[in-house]
Amino acid sequence: MKAEIKVELKEGVFDPEGENIKKALHLLGFSGVQNVKLAKVYTIEMDKEENVQEMCTKLLTNPVIHMYDIRKG
Amino acid sequence: MSPIKVCILRIEGTNCEQETFDAFLELGAHPEMIHLKELTPETLLEYQCLMIPGGFSSGDYVRAGAIFAARMKSRLFSALKKYVEHGYPVGGICNGFQVLVELGFLPRLSDHPEACLATNDSARFECRPTLLKLENHCAFTQKMDIGSIYEIPSAHAEGKFVSPYIEELMENGQAIFRYVNPQGEYAGYPWNPNGSQYSIAGVTNEQGNVFGMMPHPERAFHIYQNQEWTRHSSTAGGHGRLVFESVIEYARRL
Repeated sequence: MKAEIKVELKEGVFDPEGENIKKALHLLGFSGVQNVKLAKVYTIEMDKEENVQEMCTKLLTNPVIHMYDIRKG
Repeated sequence: MSPIKVCILRIEGTNCEQETFDAFLELGAHPEMIHLKELTPETLLEYQCLMIPGGFSSGDYVRAGAIFAARMKSRLFSALKKYVEHGYPVGGICNGFQVLVELGFLPRLSDHPEACLATNDSARFECRPTLLKLENHCAFTQKMDIGSIYEIPSAHAEGKFVSPYIEELMENGQAIFRYVNPQGEYAGYPWNPNGSQYSIAGVTNEQGNVFGMMPHPERAFHIYQNQEWTRHSSTAGGHGRLVFESVIEYARRL
């Protein structure tokens, strides 16, 4: 069993890392870059059914700034 | 009068425990550096103060303080809750503040974080002296004066305090320290190194016994830790010393 969890900043939360990357891409000449958003992807392998949502609320995200998306497969 | 016992909690990656230890020792307390694995609900009660020092616990993986908090939660959550409810002082410096927020102990007791110490607006590690104005009192500030400005160094990459309950915190007087400029005005970058809401540098819980701050009082304990110490004629200690004196006094009165 495998789950992929994508954790990203909520809409409206300032993403300083994304902003910095955008600036660097502009400096490299990619003038068409409008916005860069950073996300973390956790790939979790399990040998039995686990509550992946609880993993998100207990450790992987802070609900104040994060939203997450779980894909099982 | 027996010296108060202070537990300085550490796991892999904490790196300010020695200075924190020395600060308490110098002031006549009895500090002990305890690894999280050694601490049990029973042994916790032997201490009159619990400190979570700065550093990069568990490499700041996931988020700063998140893994330390998860490990505390798994073994000690109800014991810690009781400890706090009994009024014992619990302090977190820098990474320790991040741990207390992730643990749901600051800004108030909750089963999920009600605030976050997010990545600095500058997206980089900010390391320099910062000026803090004392706004309200808590267990860690009784020896300081409201309205006074204290110079205590900051060193962090994730210190931007944000909370959906920020207005409530401000009304409750839970903002303890706020970053200011030399004129004492709440100012933006670089005076506020991280972009915190209301320039918040340190907060307490509603009871005033749990306290976290991003700047490092243990790095401003001796006057010679101040960058301009040779220009001062004062022989008094550094400003951070008052934080430790305050909590020792508070713990003594418990």
